[in-house]
Amino acid sequence: MIIAIASGKGGAGKTTVSASLAAVMSPPAIAVDLDVEEPNLHLFLEPEITGQEPAYMDVPKVDETGCTYCRACADICQFKAISVLGEVILTFPEMCHGCGACMAVCPENVISYDRRTLGDILWGRADETEFLMGRLRVGEAMSPPLMRQVKARLRERLAETGADALIDAPPGVSCPAVNAVMDADVIVLVTEPTPFGCYDLALAHEAFRNIGKPMGVVINRAGLGEDAIYAQCREAGLPILAEIPYDRAIAEAYSQGRIISETSDYFKEVFTDLAENIKKLAVADVAREEISHA
Amino acid sequence: MPEILIISGKGGTGKTTLTAAFAHLAFEAGDRPVICDLDVDAPDLHLLLEPSRRVTEEFVSGHEAVIDPGKCEDCGLCAEVCRFDAVLKGGTKGQRHKGTKGAGSGESELSGYWIDPLRCEGCKLCVVQCPAEAIDFPDRMCGHRHLSDTRFGPDTRFGPLVHAQLLPGEENSGRLVNLLRQKAGAMIKEENRSLVLSDGPPGIGCPVISSLSGIDLTVIVTEPTPSGRHDLERIVELCDHFKVPAGVIINKQDLNPDEVAAIDRFCESRGLHQLGRIDYDSKMVEAMVRRQTVTEYTDAGIGEQVRTLWRRIISWAQMSEAA
Repeated sequence: MIIAIASGKGGAGKTTVSASLAAVMSPPAIAVDLDVEEPNLHLFLEPEITGQEPAYMDVPKVDETGCTYCRACADICQFKAISVLGEVILTFPEMCHGCGACMAVCPENVISYDRRTLGDILWGRADETEFLMGRLRVGEAMSPPLMRQVKARLRERLAETGADALIDAPPGVSCPAVNAVMDADVIVLVTEPTPFGCYDLALAHEAFRNIGKPMGVVINRAGLGEDAIYAQCREAGLPILAEIPYDRAIAEAYSQGRIISETSDYFKEVFTDLAENIKKLAVADVAREEISHA
Repeated sequence: MPEILIISGKGGTGKTTLTAAFAHLAFEAGDRPVICDLDVDAPDLHLLLEPSRRVTEEFVSGHEAVIDPGKCEDCGLCAEVCRFDAVLKGGTKGQRHKGTKGAGSGESELSGYWIDPLRCEGCKLCVVQCPAEAIDFPDRMCGHRHLSDTRFGPDTRFGPLVHAQLLPGEENSGRLVNLLRQKAGAMIKEENRSLVLSDGPPGIGCPVISSLSGIDLTVIVTEPTPSGRHDLERIVELCDHFKVPAGVIINKQDLNPDEVAAIDRFCESRGLHQLGRIDYDSKMVEAMVRRQTVTEYTDAGIGEQVRTLWRRIISWAQMSEAA
């Protein structure tokens, strides 16, 4: 089972929930940080990093000796990454999406690949939990290509170990966030009972429901703000899987890099119950699909 | 005319709460700001400024590939050439969501190839390679952008708000951010305004890069936590990369004195402008629940701290302009 921890609003508590769930999940399990722009999960799980490799994207390199300046490459490129000015070809590797279209349409076959560094993929282990993360190079604009490579490694690990996976997703509801949750079996939306939390939860629900996977909500900082979030979840048909109370002690523990489920027996139980509720949600959905296919 | 960007790297450190309060204070001081929400993915500033729309325009960017099942000969070449794994086969109607022909809810299995709009990056390779010419390439509707008036009526408004909302799942392109910034710049001339105040997106990727490039001053809001400091270091590196002057605000400053000291040391080592600190206080949220900026809600405590911060930002801006 792949569980994605997501939220529209940043700072809602995704990493708090991910780290605590990772600590209570029964092995084999793998925790994956797909918030490649600002990965934070390792700050809490403190894994021993056992391997690391750079990730690259193919970008065009033109051998102008055979080029006839026919413009086919510039005409097909949708990202303004290659252009022809008279008898000069300019490439803009930072604009390239790595689609390979220029190479495919070049009639002279003079385009080969150079590479652009996207960032790094790191892996290791935190106690019994396997760990995997992507870290975007500062200055790199596109996170989905790196995320795809992290997910490819995740698939390999899952095929090998049969582990459950826990994905810490980036904030928001646009392309990177959708990329992080699209392969999950169940999506957990972390929110807080504030106007910003409510609004961004609605955005996240709208964005992710197309993916067709079961979704539930964790309300963080419960007791703060207002109660509107409960009615909103009820009307949207989103089950509340756990509530984490608003408590200065939690904020202080977080500020010390501590995992909340490890701060007390009470919180250990909150997150053990959450893990159980997530499993039930996923199982109920599988049962529903089986009934509809029968 | 300074363009000031509030940014953080890490989400949830208080960017939007502070931007709204600064808009209030700029308005109060007669500074005639244009307010800009550059977090087009999950914009929240409008929740505090309660704008009424003047103009809304569609944001169309790029294209998406769509297979016409009537023409498709099932050769599978499109799936072979696609580098984004966007061409899928089979599946149910329910899975062929948003934008795809024949979309809708339903569980019955369909045959044939289709393109998942959530994965398609609009590169056109499949369109030109398809031997049956069965792939259309329509414009992609990505969201809406708005020009609005903020609350308090026409004579006493905070200023115009330039904002947008991407459709869920769309590429968070810098293009929309650039369009908003262009509009804000135009408003300065059209309405004789003196300052652009922008609420930035989280992260360090495309929309952040578009928000940062060429900005006059960046105010980074951080918090004394391991994540706050880690993300601060990355966003500062990005500011250096684009040679943008950066100042730092530490929100929730009383949570962890050791982390505050570590952030201070980092700021000193990087020559960052230390603007000040704000306490961890639930009044921030109490104000939000009342749809008020924190400086409208309270003059004491964090209200006073935020006022001090804004005075320092303004004098920093004046110093930079003079230099």
